[in-house]
Amino acid sequence: MIFLDHLINGLSLGSIYAIIALGYTMVYGIAKMLNFAHGDVIMVGAYIAFCGLQYWGLPPVAAFLLSMLFCTLLGVTIEGFAYRPLRQAPSLAVLITAIGMSYLLQNIALMIWGANPKSFPTTFINGSNIRLGQLNISSATLVTILANVVIMITLTLFTSRTKLGKAMRCVSEDRGAAELMGINVNRTISLTFAIGSALAAIAGVLLCSSYPILQPTTGSMPGIKAFTAAVFGGIGSIPGAMLGGILLGVIEIFGKAYISTELGDAIVFAVLIVVLLVKPAGLLGKPMREKV
Amino acid sequence: MTKAKRKRLIYCLITYALVIGAYIILQNMIGAKAISRSLKGLLVPICAWIIMAVSLNLVIGFSGELSLGHAGFMSIGAYSGAIVSGWLLAAFDMQDPTLRLTLAVVMGGIIAGIFGVLIGIPVLRLRGDYLAIVTLAFGEIIRNLVNVLYVGTADGRLHFAFLNKKLPEDVIMLVDGAKGAVKIKPISTFTAGFVLVMITLIIVLNLVNSRAGRAIQATRDNRIAAESMGVSVTKYKMMAFVTAAVLAGMAGALYGLNSSTVVPTQFTFNQSINVLVFVVLGGLGNVLGSVISATFLTVLPEVLREFADFRMLVYAVVLILVMIFTNNPLLRSVFSRAFAPVKSLFRKSKPAKTEMKGGQAQ
Amino acid sequence: MGDTKRKRFTTLFYEEEKPMKKLIALALALVLALTVCSAFAEEPITLKIAHIGPTTGAAALYGLATQHGAEVAVEEINAAGGKYQIKLICEDDEHNVEKVINAYNAALDAGAQMIIGTTTSKPCEAAGAQGYTDRVFFLTPSASSTAVIEDKDNVFQVCFTDPNQGSASAQYIADHKLGTKIAVIYNNADVYSTGIRDTFVKKGAELGLEIVSEETFTDETTDFTVQVGKAQEAGAEIVFLPMYYTPASLILKTAADKNYKPIFFGVDGMDGILSVEGFDTSLAEGVMLLTPFVATSEDEKVKSFVSKYQEKFGETPIQFAADAYDGIYILVAAAEKAGITADTTPEEACDLLIAAMKELQVDGLTGSMTWDESGAVTKTPMAATIVNGVYVFEN
Repeated sequence: MIFLDHLINGLSLGSIYAIIALGYTMVYGIAKMLNFAHGDVIMVGAYIAFCGLQYWGLPPVAAFLLSMLFCTLLGVTIEGFAYRPLRQAPSLAVLITAIGMSYLLQNIALMIWGANPKSFPTTFINGSNIRLGQLNISSATLVTILANVVIMITLTLFTSRTKLGKAMRCVSEDRGAAELMGINVNRTISLTFAIGSALAAIAGVLLCSSYPILQPTTGSMPGIKAFTAAVFGGIGSIPGAMLGGILLGVIEIFGKAYISTELGDAIVFAVLIVVLLVKPAGLLGKPMREKV
Repeated sequence: MTKAKRKRLIYCLITYALVIGAYIILQNMIGAKAISRSLKGLLVPICAWIIMAVSLNLVIGFSGELSLGHAGFMSIGAYSGAIVSGWLLAAFDMQDPTLRLTLAVVMGGIIAGIFGVLIGIPVLRLRGDYLAIVTLAFGEIIRNLVNVLYVGTADGRLHFAFLNKKLPEDVIMLVDGAKGAVKIKPISTFTAGFVLVMITLIIVLNLVNSRAGRAIQATRDNRIAAESMGVSVTKYKMMAFVTAAVLAGMAGALYGLNSSTVVPTQFTFNQSINVLVFVVLGGLGNVLGSVISATFLTVLPEVLREFADFRMLVYAVVLILVMIFTNNPLLRSVFSRAFAPVKSLFRKSKPAKTEMKGGQAQ
Repeated sequence: MGDTKRKRFTTLFYEEEKPMKKLIALALALVLALTVCSAFAEEPITLKIAHIGPTTGAAALYGLATQHGAEVAVEEINAAGGKYQIKLICEDDEHNVEKVINAYNAALDAGAQMIIGTTTSKPCEAAGAQGYTDRVFFLTPSASSTAVIEDKDNVFQVCFTDPNQGSASAQYIADHKLGTKIAVIYNNADVYSTGIRDTFVKKGAELGLEIVSEETFTDETTDFTVQVGKAQEAGAEIVFLPMYYTPASLILKTAADKNYKPIFFGVDGMDGILSVEGFDTSLAEGVMLLTPFVATSEDEKVKSFVSKYQEKFGETPIQFAADAYDGIYILVAAAEKAGITADTTPEEACDLLIAAMKELQVDGLTGSMTWDESGAVTKTPMAATIVNGVYVFEN
């Protein structure tokens, strides 16, 4: 029973990591950059939803949609101002800019909402907990896992069936050729950021529904762990991000439960290293063949 | 002497001259009591961060590998230094601070170097972003492990405990798990820092201008071409990585022994990123740039103390703007035309730009 | 004729009515003296006190609380006139052992004669050690680890040391027979949390309390399902939470999700849990905590402080603010006892204040306090329970 309990918690935590990892992997695959500010967009999304519920008296669904809209706009703006001018720059410069953007978002949030942690309303996901014998599954956990599945199916269909989705895949494979084929690369990349940021907003709301403490630094650690998950699963691969995220969550919970709570994070990272040594491109990543 | 060689020599001499000159000026200010407490207190940390920036530049700028866990080596150095110094004092009653500091710094460097080899072997087999994430992972693992490490000294011996604090009753604690290294007697001095900075500069500048250095840069510029020329990529990347680890360890020992306590939370991922920013802003492959940027960015937050709330905000905005302005081709051409003559003197070793290959399926 | 005149003149002054003349002369002299004295007394001495704490970063809410609490006290003292006018110099240490030294240096460069701070334990340990070498006096409102006062004589505390809280909690649980099976969840990366846990476990062993589960977490932990699950599995009736209220609130929610209803017992870091914006206070129903200050107390001084704080800063003060408020009053009392003037250097002030502190007794918001030479405070801990979203004091 306890094993099942841990498993479900692991799946829930993993689902959150997976949704965040999707944003990372999509942006990396298509814009070829590591968007370190992604974790902080999550935090902004959670704050907007919080404001919607607490200050502006919106119903949960409206607050959620507002949060998604805001994050989408935020993501596209960031891309336009900070990342687009650096399209031709070495990836390290873009990385540092992303880091600067991360600090910027954290400090603006600190200025607007202050340092005091806010408690995300637990009534956001309204529903009672399910009880199966000794097992207690909270409604937030269920919604998280379901959301993850829905998102995965939607995204897979989007990238394989729709024109825009196929355009994204083209740009990720070969930007030059895509441009020659008449694909508007700038718009495609903006769309990627838009989708990624919308996912970040969803992740933010789900993260804070399960772990209701909201501070300007809330997005930081989940961001790093999700980035690890994306690499774990093979960066640039959507099913890889999904798999990586869920596995990471499960490993973290089991590591804490059966080995040691202090070394939980160390175990997660150790597993990552071992996997990468065996499969250098991640679990589902395609090994890059260099032509000379 | 060829023109290129002369330019490199001038560059090295300017670097040494700047550091020595700064040391002399600051020592005089200290002697004449014409220095504020704030600046005086910053001198040793500045030395430590300069060494960190220069050593990381060796890995990123010259060897071309993105390492996000450099603070891990610094923490190993800091803890090793604290343990050695505390043990020498308690077990052997070694009162002489200079001797203790020297031994602590040397041990810090050696132990960090050993970890550098252990970590380097798996890490350097990976490429690009995968290597970056693994270095990040190692940095975090080190931090987690140090958090549950207990070290004490009793009857002249060192006692280690892990996870469970099971140590003999009469032990003097040196490292107390989450509390970090405790009750350190601060023995670092500005002179020691200066000496270490000079050693670092001599090692790094001589390494990069030597045959081995050219081999390292070759592995950065084009891995496959280097290998086909008979340059062992693994050997030279390890050389750069381990050298950087040793230097970071020494910097860590200096830094740790400057304060009465050292905690694991001082060496997080954020700290590694800080050093990365020093290196990138100073210029990849530009040692003098790293020295200047590390100094400047360590002093800047203190100068901006009045604007406490906006400090980090301004820092973030400035960082983003500097990155955009120095990397956007349009803006860059404007600046380079203006500064062309000055730039030719400081020509840094830049990584070769890889052209975008269109139409190649992978 | 001249003689008679002179005689009359001198008679006027030196003979009859001698007591009356003397009285007038005396009265004149007194008035003159009083005017001179009051002129001197009206010259207030400027005392420069520096507040060092984390006002930015993750621990900002604690640093801002102590700063605001100090500001309320400074405003009160300056408005009331009296011997001292206080100039409060504020520096940010970002809860970082490296930056705190920079803050300390900056404060001294700005002319500080004594320090109220630092707010958090680890930085206080580092800065206090530096102050010990430089001879600078520290009165920390809230840094409670023993390392802060160990091996030095220049640091004094307004708050209890962690060990005291740990053993006091164990004593309270045993005395009131709250339960037999106890679980402990603590922050392994935090000096505060581990310090309290250590003495709790030790005292608990002495008193025969059974600790059935002990789990840890770190600063970044947000998921407590494993830790709470283990406590539940072990059948603990009491869960001891030596931590700050942020992780505590997450643990309460996790326990509610798991339908696990033990008695939660916290320490002074739990204070503030009710004022977290958006927090569902029903989750904290029945939580007990050891605290010297409760904002809803009916005590006159407390009410006055709370209303002033709310007016100035728009939020209810947590006990960190109360500690700092008391701290300013303690510093002023000690300075007065020691005879500190505007020209006293920090080094001179340090030794004078150390001597004065040992003989001082101050009745503040957080209790009646005295000190010994170790720097630790002696005052009575009190326990409160959260009932219907408010603190209710037990005895």
